[in-house]
This record gives sequence, structure tokens and C-alpha cells, in this order.
Amino acid sequence: MFRRLKWIGVLGMMLLPALMICAEQRFPPPDFESGYSLPSPSTPPTRCLWLQYADAGVFLAALAVAVWLIYKKRSRRGLFWLSLFSLAYFGFYRKGCLCPIGSPQNVVYGLFNPDYAVPVTALIFCFAPIAVTLFAGRAFCAGVCPQGALQDLVLVKPVAVPLWLEEALGVVPFIFLGAGLVCAGTGTGFVICRYDPLVPFFRLSGGTFILTAGAAFLLAGMFVGRPYCRFLCPYGGLLRLASLASKWRVRVTPDVCTQCRLCEQSCPFGAMREPAPAESNPASPAPERKRLAWLLALLPLLIIAGAWAGSKLSPAAAQLDPGVALAERYARQQSHPARYGLMTPEALSLDRAAANPGAVLASAADMRHRFDLACWLFGGWIGLVIGVKLIALSVRSGRTDYEPDRGACVACARCFTACPNERVRLGLAPAGGESAPS
Amino acid sequence: MNAKPPADAPVTRRQFLRDGARLMTMTGLGVAAGALAARSTSGAWVWQTDPAKCLHCGNCATQCVLEQSAVKCVHAYAVCGYCQLCTGFFTPEPGDLTTAAENQLCPSGAIKRTYVEDPYYQYSIDEELCIGCAKCVEGCNRFGNGSLFLQIRHDRCLHCNECAIARTCPGQAFRRVPVEHPYLLKTTSR
Repeated sequence: MFRRLKWIGVLGMMLLPALMICAEQRFPPPDFESGYSLPSPSTPPTRCLWLQYADAGVFLAALAVAVWLIYKKRSRRGLFWLSLFSLAYFGFYRKGCLCPIGSPQNVVYGLFNPDYAVPVTALIFCFAPIAVTLFAGRAFCAGVCPQGALQDLVLVKPVAVPLWLEEALGVVPFIFLGAGLVCAGTGTGFVICRYDPLVPFFRLSGGTFILTAGAAFLLAGMFVGRPYCRFLCPYGGLLRLASLASKWRVRVTPDVCTQCRLCEQSCPFGAMREPAPAESNPASPAPERKRLAWLLALLPLLIIAGAWAGSKLSPAAAQLDPGVALAERYARQQSHPARYGLMTPEALSLDRAAANPGAVLASAADMRHRFDLACWLFGGWIGLVIGVKLIALSVRSGRTDYEPDRGACVACARCFTACPNERVRLGLAPAGGESAPS
Repeated sequence: MNAKPPADAPVTRRQFLRDGARLMTMTGLGVAAGALAARSTSGAWVWQTDPAKCLHCGNCATQCVLEQSAVKCVHAYAVCGYCQLCTGFFTPEPGDLTTAAENQLCPSGAIKRTYVEDPYYQYSIDEELCIGCAKCVEGCNRFGNGSLFLQIRHDRCLHCNECAIARTCPGQAFRRVPVEHPYLLKTTSR
């Protein structure tokens, strides 16, 4: 009996170090006698680096071709084929990722999170279209963006959106841009990518919500030209701003505008604006000037009010972050225990929080601080957007001809061939108008 | 009417504002791009899941944007005990230690069990069949050596800017890793 106990003791002494070292390996790997060689797990490589640079090269080349087609060739047909190529390459081949629409998030995430180094390709995708737009208008939207190309394809019968609705919905992209950058800057997530309704079509898979939203956008896109670009796309908002300062712009007519309004009907995106009537009486714009002055005075108030409202939004917005949401659920669980199913993600994450509550709560508190500042800025941004929109609506345009609105024009080149003077230039119509023999 | 102004026409206020805005934006873009490019990486980042943090919840099978998740089970053979009764392969109380379907834990029959020598069996994953549900990972980690674990397979991954699984991962096991080292494999020297 004693001998057996001693034997067990010796065995235990021998096993103890083994247990301490191989805490994970409950069953030691066998020594094979049959000459069996251990396979190693396969690690299929990711897409090689030079292909990613090739993508960026194709992107830059497509931008250059788009500019050439708009300004030199003035060719809608060429732009159409270019946009089909972009749809095939950046859309269906590259599955819509990485696209310029989401790339500002990478940039902002990189600016606020030093651990993340923004890839060079993301920088190119983000900055190149903006730089091009500063000189040549929204050539990216016209010929390179796969989302725009897809919406252009489904456009059947464009109806005119009332100007008031167009201008009112026009602030949505900027608000979405602000929300996306807040989420990216705090490190919560890339919401612009998550709620891109057209990318699921490129991937041919996606969640119910986003597929429904995408289908709704495409259905609406049959009658409203490019609804996503005009009323939601945050990058479109950025390019709209850049386009306001562009050096060159799309000109409908090669020389003289006859004010025939044909171009106005040819634009499916409501970008064509009629000439602002020349002021005959210098005293008449006084009320307009007064309104402008009031709006300029209102702008700081709007920003302050927005910032205040935004700071109130912070606790709710912080819930978007999974870490904060977990911390709150953990705190709730302490006071009002709820039962979650065994091995469900909810229960598992609560277990993780319970194992180390200090770390989870501390990181949540840090994230809440980030959100405090971000929501403050976000609210101010919304105030600024609304204020500037109101001011922009009150500024006289000084147009003498039918011209595309600088910001709204996506440079799709549809209006070129609608202009009778352009048709004369191209030799499609006889010169001289009525005097020509019929 | 639409004639261009002569070249020596004075700069209008609008033109001045426009030029100024363009100059400022270009400067801003240049500064931002330069600052970011200075500490930028030539390569990209890819998503990967850390097996040390994975809680085997099953989200990977359902949350990926792909119909067939890009996350698959991977087997670290060097960690494996080559058990006859593999708790990653067999249901908790198998009627028989055979590869009959009712004994298998894997819902898609993606684990192949082959005899090596008495009493050892090799278990390998058929990636075409694996759906990334982590049932075997849970079984292996709870009772065995933990040689089965989940990894994003980069030949399947679409490299979304934000991984859809990462957002819902209860263990926050997903993170961006440099493309030079795209896998976080389990080894014996843990």
C-alpha cells in the first residue's frame, strides 16, 4: 500500500513540470514510428503587391483618360465606354474595394491612430480624384467611379427633381461624410463602407438591409439620375466642394449660347442652371443683401448650436463602438442580470468582460472621451454645412447663359451633343440655323 | 455672350476666391499626403483573426460579406495530439469511433480523419467544405490541445476596408496585420 502511494507520488512529481510547461497540450504530440512526416498548415498568399500598384496605375490612367475625353474629345460615347470599363474593373473585378468613396476614412483613421499607417494606394485613391477635380471638375464621377457607372446604366427615364428638394437633400452627403469621419477618427469603424448600397452588387452578396437599400437606390435610379451620387455619396460631397474651385469647367457650347434650353433637358442630374436675370434696378437687391447679412451673422450661431447639440449626442453615439456597447452591457448585467444563450456571441463577450472588467471599462471610458470631442466637432460641422448652404442659396450667381452648376455637374458630357452649336462644330448639323436649306 | 474674358482682364472677386481656395486645398492635400506618406507602408494591411483571442462563437460563418465565409478552420499539425477520440471531430458522446456522419461534429463533414499508426489519426480540413463555424475549434480547445483554429484565408478574403466580422466579434480577435505576415498561426512554442 505504502509502496503504491510512493509510486503515485513519484509519478506526480514527474508529471508536475510537464503540466506546467505544456498547459495547453493536454495530449503530447506522438513520436511516430511509421515515418510519418508532419504536414504544415497552408498559408495561401494575399493578392501580390505589384497588382495593388497596378490598380492604382489603372486608376490614375482612367482619370487622365476621363479628363481627355471630357475636354479634348468632348465625347459622351467615349466616357460611356470608359465608365463601363471602370464598372467592370473597379466594380466587378476588384469588388469595389478599395474605392475613393471609403478612402477618406483610411486617411482620417491614419491621422488619429498612429498605429495604423495608411497604405500608399489608399492615399492615391483618396487624393488623386480631389486634385483632378480642383483643376478639371468631377471627371472621376463621370468616368472612373463604378458606383456612378452602375447608376448611369440603369437610368431609363430621368425626371426632374424640384430644385428645393435637390438643394435640401444636397446637405445629406456632407452630414454622412461627417458621421463617417467621426466613426473612422475614433476608430469605431468605417460606416461609409458599411452603408455603401451599391458595393453588394459588385460582390454579388450582402446583408438583407444593404441589399434592399441598394435595390431601392437602383430602382429610384431608373427615374432619378444617380440618386446615390447626388443625395448620399460623401466623396461626391467632397468633390462637389473641390469642383467649386476648379480651374476649368465643362462648357456646354463651344462658342456662343443661343439660350435654346436643349441642354437643360439633356441633363438627367438637374445640374443645368438657367441664367440669373440681370438686375435692372440697383435698388431692388436690397432685401437679398439684407438676408445675406442676416445669414452671415447666423452662421456662427448655427455652428455653436450644432456643437452644443452634438455634445448631447455623444453618449448615444459612443454606443456605436463595440467596446463601449460591451462595457454598458456588462454594467447593466451587474444590476439587472439577463440570461443569454450558452456559447452565443453575447454571452461569450460578457464572459470576456467579466474576466477582466477593468480593461474593458477603461477602454470604454477612453472611447467615450474620444466621442465627446468628435461629436462636438460633428455637431459644429452640421451647423456649418446648413449655414453655408443657406448662404450659398442667397448668393447671386451672375450667370448670363445656361451653364452647369459647378458643384452639381458630374461632367458626364451628355449636354455637349444637345447643343446645336456643338452639333454644327461636329458637322452633325448644317451651319447657319434657319437660313440653311431644309 | 459666353465669350471668354480677355487675358488682361482684371481678376474678379469670384475668380480670386476660387484660385485661393484651390491653392489652399492643394497645399492642404500636399501636407496631409506628405505627413501620411512619411509613415505610410508600401504594402497594405489585411485582416486576420488572432486564435489566442478567438471565442469560437460561430459569427465567422455568418457575418462575412461572402456567401461562403473567407474564414476557415486551419490545423496546426505540430500542436495536434493525433487522438483516436478527437473532440474536434466527434460529437460529445459518439456512438462509435468511426467516420459515420452521426458521429461527426462538423456540420459539413469538412474534417478528414485518416489512420496514421496505432493509435494515432490525422485530421485535416477540406477548405472547400469548411464553413468556418468553429464547432470543431470549440471541441478541440475545450478538451484537446487546441490545434484547430480559425484563420482568414487570404485567397478567399475580399479585403474589405472594414471587415464585417471584426465588428461583431465578441472577443475582438480581428485586427489589421501587415500584408508581409498575413497569418497568425498557432505553434507549439506558445
